[in-house]
Order: sequence, then C-alpha cells, then structure tokens
Amino acid sequence: MANLTLTEDETMLVDSARGFLDDASPVEKFRELRDAGKAYNPEIWKQMAELGWTGVLVPEDQGGIDMGHTAANLLASEMGKTLVSSPFISTAVMAATALRQVSDNPRAAEALGKIAAGDVTYGLAIDEGPKHSPECTMMEAKKVGNGFELSGDKTFVVDGANADRLLVLARTGDDDALTLFDIPADRAGITRTAQNMIDARDSAAIDFDKVEATGEDIIGTVDNGMDVLNPALAAGRAALSAEMVGLSSGAFGMTVGYLQERKQFGIVIGQFQALQHRAAHLWSEIEVTASTILNAGRMLDEDPENADLAVSLAKARASQTAKLAVMEGVQMHGGIGMTDAFDMGFFMKRARVAQEWLGDYGYHAEKIAEAKGY
Amino acid sequence: MPFDTSDLDTFRGEIRTWLAENCPDGVRDGDMTQEAICWGGKDFQFESDDQKQWMEVCAANGLTCPTWPVEYGGGGFTRDQEKVWLEELENIDARMPLLSFGIWMLGPALLHFGSHEQKLHYLPPICRGEIRWCQGYSEPGAGSDLANVQSKGEDKGDHWLVNGQKVWTSYADKADWIFALIRTDKDAPKHKGISFLLFDMHGGGVTTRPIKLISGASPFCETFFDDVKVPKDQIVGEENKGWDVAKYLLTHEREMISGSGSSRGAARSIGKVLADAGNGAMDTSLRAEAIATDIEEMAVELTIERYKDQAATGQIIGDASAMLKYAGTELNKRKHELFMSAGGSTALEWDGATGSLPADWLRTKANSIEGGTSEVMLSILSKRVLGLPG
Repeated sequence: MANLTLTEDETMLVDSARGFLDDASPVEKFRELRDAGKAYNPEIWKQMAELGWTGVLVPEDQGGIDMGHTAANLLASEMGKTLVSSPFISTAVMAATALRQVSDNPRAAEALGKIAAGDVTYGLAIDEGPKHSPECTMMEAKKVGNGFELSGDKTFVVDGANADRLLVLARTGDDDALTLFDIPADRAGITRTAQNMIDARDSAAIDFDKVEATGEDIIGTVDNGMDVLNPALAAGRAALSAEMVGLSSGAFGMTVGYLQERKQFGIVIGQFQALQHRAAHLWSEIEVTASTILNAGRMLDEDPENADLAVSLAKARASQTAKLAVMEGVQMHGGIGMTDAFDMGFFMKRARVAQEWLGDYGYHAEKIAEAKGY
Repeated sequence: MPFDTSDLDTFRGEIRTWLAENCPDGVRDGDMTQEAICWGGKDFQFESDDQKQWMEVCAANGLTCPTWPVEYGGGGFTRDQEKVWLEELENIDARMPLLSFGIWMLGPALLHFGSHEQKLHYLPPICRGEIRWCQGYSEPGAGSDLANVQSKGEDKGDHWLVNGQKVWTSYADKADWIFALIRTDKDAPKHKGISFLLFDMHGGGVTTRPIKLISGASPFCETFFDDVKVPKDQIVGEENKGWDVAKYLLTHEREMISGSGSSRGAARSIGKVLADAGNGAMDTSLRAEAIATDIEEMAVELTIERYKDQAATGQIIGDASAMLKYAGTELNKRKHELFMSAGGSTALEWDGATGSLPADWLRTKANSIEGGTSEVMLSILSKRVLGLPG
C-alpha cells in the first residue's frame, strides 16, 4: 500500500500554495468576481501558470513541472479552501491528462506546452443530460468524406463559455464506440450559451450543428475515445474531490471560529455539547475523507490502471462530506448563514455543483458496487 | 535480524521464502474468530499443534512484535517493513501468530516509560507468548470518569498494599499478570495521585469473577484486590504519575479498537456475508446500506493506515486518535447491523447457520463504550483538537 504521508516537496507545495492564495485569492476575491459577473480572474490564472501549477501534470519536455496527481490534488484542495475559481481542473488536470495519453502526437505535445504556459483553456463537453453519464453519449459524429460532422447538444460544460478549446465526446458507432475530439471553441456551427450557475462559475450549454472535424482533431483513435477520456475523468474526479475536502475544511474553519465567539444565553455557543459533538463529528468526517483523497492521488501516480475504485471512493466520500460541512456550516451560523452578505452560502452553492460534476455520490457508489460485485 | 533489509523488495522476497518454509498449513486459513486467536499465556490451550508451532517460530524470529527492538524480543522492523510483513501474511491467508494486551497496550507503554531493566524483564515474555496480561482500569465508580479510581495502594516501605475493585477487566480470569491504575496518594487532585502498577494475578489477594453479557459470553470480569503486596520496583513511570502512562496507553488502545472493525483478518467481509445471504435477500435498502458501509470501511481503513504512516515519521497523533476510535467502532457496529440484516432469520439463532454472528453483533455494542465512549471521544476532539471551550 502506498505511503499516505506527504513528502517534503508536497508539504512545501501546500505551504507555498496557501501563502499565494491567501494573498491573491481569498474568499472576498470570489465575491468580487461574482458581483462583477465574471467566472474567473485571468490575472490569477497567469500567475498560477508562472508558479507552474497549470503544468503540474505536464511533462518537463513540454514545459511542465510534472509533479503528479497527488500534487494536483493538493493544489485543488488549497483552492477549495478559499473558493478559488479557475479552469484548473478542466484544463490543467483533465485536458492535460487526456492529451498526455497521446503525447507522442506532436499536436498534443504542443497543446500540453500551451496548457503549461497558461496560454489555453479547455472545457470538457461530455454531459448531455441532468446526470453525469458519459458512457451514454448520444451526440453523433457522422462520417462525411474523410472527416466527421458533429451534431447534438451538450450541457454542463464546465468552464465551457470562456474556454478556448473543447474536448467533445461523440458517438461514432454503437455501444461503446465513442470518439474524443479536440476542437477550437469558435469553430463554425458551435453555439455556446453561458448557464447562470448557482455557484457563479463558468458553465455552458453548447449546441453543435454540423460542426466539421477531421482525423487531426481526434485525440486517440476513432471509436476508442474512452481510452483517453477515462484517465482524464479519473484525474478530474480526484482533483474535484480534493477541492471539496478543501472547501469542507474552509467551511469548517469558519464554523468552529464562529462557535468560539458567538454568545447566546450568556456563554459562547461552542460550550454547548450538542454543538461540540456535531463539530467533532464533522471534523472526523473531513479527516477520514482526506485519507481517501491522498490514496486516490497515490494510486493515480503509482498504479493508474487500478485507480478507479480509489477515485470513486474519494468522489463518493467527498460529495457526502462537503454536503455535511456546508449544511452544518449554515445551521451552526444560524440566520447570518442564510444571508448573501456572509460567505457560507458560497461554500454551499459550490459544494452542490461540485457534488454533481463528474458524477455524484450515487454515480460513484454504483461504480464501487459494480467493482465489488454487489 | 535474520532478514536482509537492504531494500524493501529484497526484504519482501526473504519474508516470502521464510513464510513458505515456516508457516504451517493449519494457520493458513485466514481464520480470525475467537477460537482461532492465539492469546498466549501460562494457561493457554492451543487449538492445534500448528497454532503453537506458528507462535513459537514467529517468536523465535522477533515476528510476534515485529516493530519492537530486537534486544527486547522484537523484530526491529521499520513501519514499511512491518507493512510488507502484514501484506505477505495476508497473501497466504496466515493468521496473526499472537495477539495480546501485552503487545497492544503494555508493550508500547513500557517502551515509552519503562526502564531498560523493566523492558528486558517484561517484554521478551510478551513476545514469546509466555505471559498474558490484562488491564485494570475501570472501576464501579470510574467508567467514563476513569481518573476517579478508588483502588488504593498504601505505602509499606518496600511495597504497596493494594485493596480495591476493578470492573470490565478483559479476560482477567485467563491472565497471568495485570497492569492497573492504583491510587497511591489520596490527598492529591484526582489525576495526580495515581500510579501505574504491575502485579501477578496469582501472587495472592487477587480474585476474579466473570460477568455474563447480553451475548451470553463472559469476556470481562470483576477483579478484586485484597491486601495484594506489590513490590516497589513494579511501577511504570514515577509514583503518582501513572495518569501520564494511562493516557499514553489509551491512545494505543483507541487505535487498536478502531482497527477492530477492519476487514483485514476479519471473520466476515461485507461481500462474503451478502453473497452468503443470496441475491434474493438483496432488496434496495440492504444493497444501499452495504455499499455505504463498504465505502465507510475503506475510508476508515485508509485513515488508520494514514495515521500509522504519520506516526512512523515521528508526527504526534495524540488526541486525534480519539477520531480513529470513534469512527472505527461506529463502523464496526454498523457493519454488524448490516450482517444481521443480511442474515435475516438465520442470524437469530445462537450458533445457527451464521455461527457466532449473533454473539459478535451483540459484542460490538460495547465497542463504542469500552476504551472511552463515542461521546467521550467527541468531547476529547472538540476540546483538545478543535479548541472549543470546556
């Protein structure tokens, strides 16, 4: 079994990330973005690139720092603590992982270089209905001449309204014959509609009307898109789980702080055992879930072929833990927790979106059940 | 140490070869039911020659206490080497060669607080399975309020004269020696006047009475001390500072109990119990509970491993171990509720088709009481880890 402690390098990465984000992207920066109707701050994204974060999963040959999934998860977790909004998971984790599967392809290598440099952002157009289920993709990529014509509707394309490029999953045959395309987001026939999301972040509904694609646009091979997409999904799910644990810690820290200062009936409410035990239970849940994140990262780094169970475990746990953390966060804050002027609502709304993205508790519990033969 | 430890792969190969040559067939059944556990001790009845041989060959090579120093009978293994050892045991479904309170509790306390002479005297017999220890902590008036011990030791110059009563003493009727919290200064504040004493259960003045539980079994006893003479050198740590030893030891106990729900070496796994129950029994609710419990189990096991890894790098776990105890014992109760539900009416008969399941199910109800209740664990966490006011 993998070692579940952090290495010295990883601890340093966490410390430097926290230092940077506390200064550059505390929760009030997220509020400013929300109030201005902006999904993320391109300046911060640039700085993340300078710190090497956008290249955390990019090979050194393409200008990345190549620190692996555990490191990517640690960064996502630190971002989660202060609700940092950026295309990190779509671009630096998922698109980078997909492209890396085919990095002997010169175009993929070039794209990886751009990701590391912070010069390109991606959205993954892989969902079509209200629940995550990429295997059931209906959108068709019809063979026309030497190329393809993509027609159909995608939804919940996270970071899709602002993305420069899209990874699009489309059907090229029956059953599991799906193909993954990497195309510019402004190609003719693509209509993007920004969705007004509860978490105030970027998501788009995207219509494809006879969008032309060639073999050059395919990542991997025809009909075998899931071979490339699955590792990207696993990496994204792990990083998103890490973000949710960070988010849970952030919400929890605010809540415990409030328990220590809010007075009712003449004493601080943190003296009430009913609240103490609930807070301690929540802390335990976060600690236990944190172990599953670390394990998922180590498995992705050391034994990626067998990491699916670990990733689903992390996403299932993180979804439940984040839900508990934000519900307790609002309840223990009382009325102020319900106000827009207070930050806890941001944590609750982000947690809801993160639970759903890339498969919720039920989706991953089902995967675990299949793996275990229940 | 008889093994080449130059690198982990070489070490693993050596362990594998050693196991192939030394692990008897009769203990390669993964059986960790009560009957199959080797507890050791003067009166222990081995259930087979293989069980006895397995304990002895492991003890001779330091493998009953693999991480203890070699000079005290251990294997001198690092944490990573211990993992390899446990993984290789699991690979061949081998039973643990020896389990005991000496290994889990007293040993770690002695290694931390004992003198070199005490370690040399007490630890090797634990490793060899010769002396079985029990823990004299709880008293009728000292349950969750453990520091309220009333059993007293009067200073008689070269010895203490101990009188009082303990309760919930696990396997006291089968133990050779006891480590006990005894009040040696009745005027000091309650945490300050306690000493951690070691004495022979058969040296005169000690009687035990098993307590019959709701499971029908009697793993616990009432233990009475009437004018027990305890020589002055049989103390761990300083006089009246036994509470420090007790607290240290409790953290080990919590880690041990937290692992009691672990699937490694467990008599039952969720998957197997459900398979035995048959698909017809798998209604939606039972299936959902099985999946949720399995998720909880995997996550808690990873957390126990993570804390052990942290401890091995020298990080202090301390009060956070209360979380392991809380999560692990609540998990074990949940699992056994699931097992009972999967078993349906077959799990309602003592020693019926599900074997000891009904008794084991009832036994788990004590998990969240013994070693500090779940509520005490949550209070420890809220006060000492979260810093909420007392």
